[in-house]
Amino acid sequence: MRDLAETSPRHRPGAGGALVSEGHWSHRHLLDVDQLTRAELEACLDLAVEMRARRDRHEALDHLRGEVVGLAFMEPSTRTRVSFELAATALGAQVVNLPIEASSVSKGESLVDTLLTLQRTGISTIVLRHSMSGAPYLAARSCDARIVNAGDGTHAHPTQALLDALTLREAIGPLDGKKIAIVGDIAHSRVARSNIHSLTALGASVWLAGPPAWVSDFVGWPGVTVANQLDDALADADAVMALRIQLERLGGDAAMSQRDYTASWGLDESRMELARRGAPLLHPGPVNEGVEVTADLATSVRSLIGTQVTNGVPIRMAVLSLLAR
Amino acid sequence: MSRFGSLGDPPATLLLSGARLIDPAAGADEVRDLAILDGRLADPRSLPPGAERIDAAGLVVAPGLCDLHTHLREPGMERAETIESGARAAAHGGFTTICAMPNTDPALDRPDRVTWVQDRARSAACRVRVVAAATQGRGGQEIVDAGELAAAGIAGVSDDGVAVASEEAVRDLLTRLGPLGLPLIEHAEDSAAAGGAVMRAGHTSTRLGLPGWRAIAEMSTVERDIRLAAETGGWVHVTHVSTAGALDAIREAKGRGIRVTCDVTPHHLALTDAWVGGWRTFSWRVPAEDPFMTPLDAALAYDSACRVNPPLSPRADALALLAGVADGTIDAIATDHAPHPRDRKAVEFGAAAPGMIGLETALSLGLAAVAAGSLGLTRLLEALSAGPAKLIGETRSLTEGSVADLVVFDPARPWRVEASALASKSSNTPLLGMELPGVVRLTVAGGRVTYRDGID
Repeated sequence: MRDLAETSPRHRPGAGGALVSEGHWSHRHLLDVDQLTRAELEACLDLAVEMRARRDRHEALDHLRGEVVGLAFMEPSTRTRVSFELAATALGAQVVNLPIEASSVSKGESLVDTLLTLQRTGISTIVLRHSMSGAPYLAARSCDARIVNAGDGTHAHPTQALLDALTLREAIGPLDGKKIAIVGDIAHSRVARSNIHSLTALGASVWLAGPPAWVSDFVGWPGVTVANQLDDALADADAVMALRIQLERLGGDAAMSQRDYTASWGLDESRMELARRGAPLLHPGPVNEGVEVTADLATSVRSLIGTQVTNGVPIRMAVLSLLAR
Repeated sequence: MSRFGSLGDPPATLLLSGARLIDPAAGADEVRDLAILDGRLADPRSLPPGAERIDAAGLVVAPGLCDLHTHLREPGMERAETIESGARAAAHGGFTTICAMPNTDPALDRPDRVTWVQDRARSAACRVRVVAAATQGRGGQEIVDAGELAAAGIAGVSDDGVAVASEEAVRDLLTRLGPLGLPLIEHAEDSAAAGGAVMRAGHTSTRLGLPGWRAIAEMSTVERDIRLAAETGGWVHVTHVSTAGALDAIREAKGRGIRVTCDVTPHHLALTDAWVGGWRTFSWRVPAEDPFMTPLDAALAYDSACRVNPPLSPRADALALLAGVADGTIDAIATDHAPHPRDRKAVEFGAAAPGMIGLETALSLGLAAVAAGSLGLTRLLEALSAGPAKLIGETRSLTEGSVADLVVFDPARPWRVEASALASKSSNTPLLGMELPGVVRLTVAGGRVTYRDGID
């Protein structure tokens, strides 16, 4: 059927040196992790480890020399945008930040028009954050720039899933046969959806826990178990990932108060005792302390929240350099 | 070479030799010659010497198709479609009558607006009947003057695009329309239950992170309208039914003698909600892939051409709808031909205007279902011709003496759906690029040749 035309010139990495961990990678865009094979996922994580080391050694990298990376964040974001900007800069790219107002979906200029304008000004890679699910797919078939999905609606957040996989792999070892619990509003979470793809692809079994309205639609997803109660998901879990709750949803489709949510699904040190000894806690941030996670737990030795943020830059370096090959 | 004619042309005289005639109303299916003399079906021996003779061996002749649900976009959105272009699309698809829906700008809520459309359609490539708005400005509250509109010759009333909001308005309409023999054509969707949804709820919507419309959104309006039809004795026609539950409710109501009829679109029969995820498998094929697991195809996922209202149904509903056509619960297949210009579709899935074109692919999708063994050919043609025609007071017959009103098509010949192959001004359909069976060779409406292709 319809094929994406590969019309843009590919830019070769410069004298950055051969990277031992570069595997096969045939993708022009990163729209979600579902497109990556297990080998590609692992190659990306391996490359991120190497990128992190070289960055720590203050090596000058030029994989994206001569390239312009456009950051089109049509929704507010701090950590993801900053981390993409640092990653692109570290690889020698020039970075253009689009103000939200200029790129907002408003009458007059459509998303497609905006992206075509960016492409025509010489931007070769567009990092897109958008409030509507599927926007990066429209972008990928509407313009010739490489598209990196930095989060679309309630659909996907592939670089978050990759940095989570890296963080988990380094904390608990290979994910084969590991039990990972994801707790909260799965239905509206792009982080959860992408993590389900990557964690199951890496061999983990994923348990979902949260109010029924937020988890029941996932029954039947291969490799996924929907827990009836939080304790079932936590029992002997090798790691636990909490999601940020949008407080305004609690009154709506979840039909429960914040206090009820926390009582049934909130994570604290004593509940974490059900998990394997030392099982780490992840959270994509920012945390609603005292709602989905207690402040004590978020700052405890279990917490990998800071590591996740740190891993964001090398993961995005790996993604940007792989797409530019 | 294809050519369009119009209702203003002189009546046709020609002979179709050796065609397979299927006349569902008469229960006929036979191979014989069929003659048209001055626009009427005639004894082949009565044709004058030198009359055009068309070798129709291998072709099917069926009564002219009738579409109960067409958006012509005129007045107000002529860059998407006009009465003229939409009628040509109809003739190209084998239709001889289409019913123009009233959600134009301004809405067709007054007799003068109805006659304006009728006048402009007088020499179109098919008959254009008008469905008037049910309420002033389609606002859902203040009902239109049913008597005056009936006198203007409307086919029914509808607030299509939405259900008639007020229960009181529905009751009044049914009470007034019933004695006039006209239906309230209802787009059954409880806007509160459907709130914000852009596709049907199911595995695909979960996978895609798109808000899902649950079947109850259709059911609650259908139940309300059946209750009011029973109470008033009026006639409700549920258009584009899309859920197995609503279909069951209609079947049950028909069994109780309540005046309720319904139609289904070709796309709700053939396509499924998985198409939004980029899958391109017809409903009658067993899907080989798990919508949760298969990587999304960057070229096809979230294709706004699949955004349609009511949304594409999960496979189980589509199969139930096919069974509903086969068993006669569904009276008609109606296209809901909904042209949109490119800029209304080249946007994010959730921001795209809902609707897809259908006049030129309806017969082909039906024939694909027939080829798959999901529907009988005679029943398909009945649901596209005599079935809907009866609901708007028209007849369809291939018996001698009748006015010639028919379609001639090559049932097996494939064609590729491409914008350049369509007579519609718009090309918003996810079928673009696909090959479908069934090429229309000749359409004759009211005794006039309105379309011919490859027959010279």
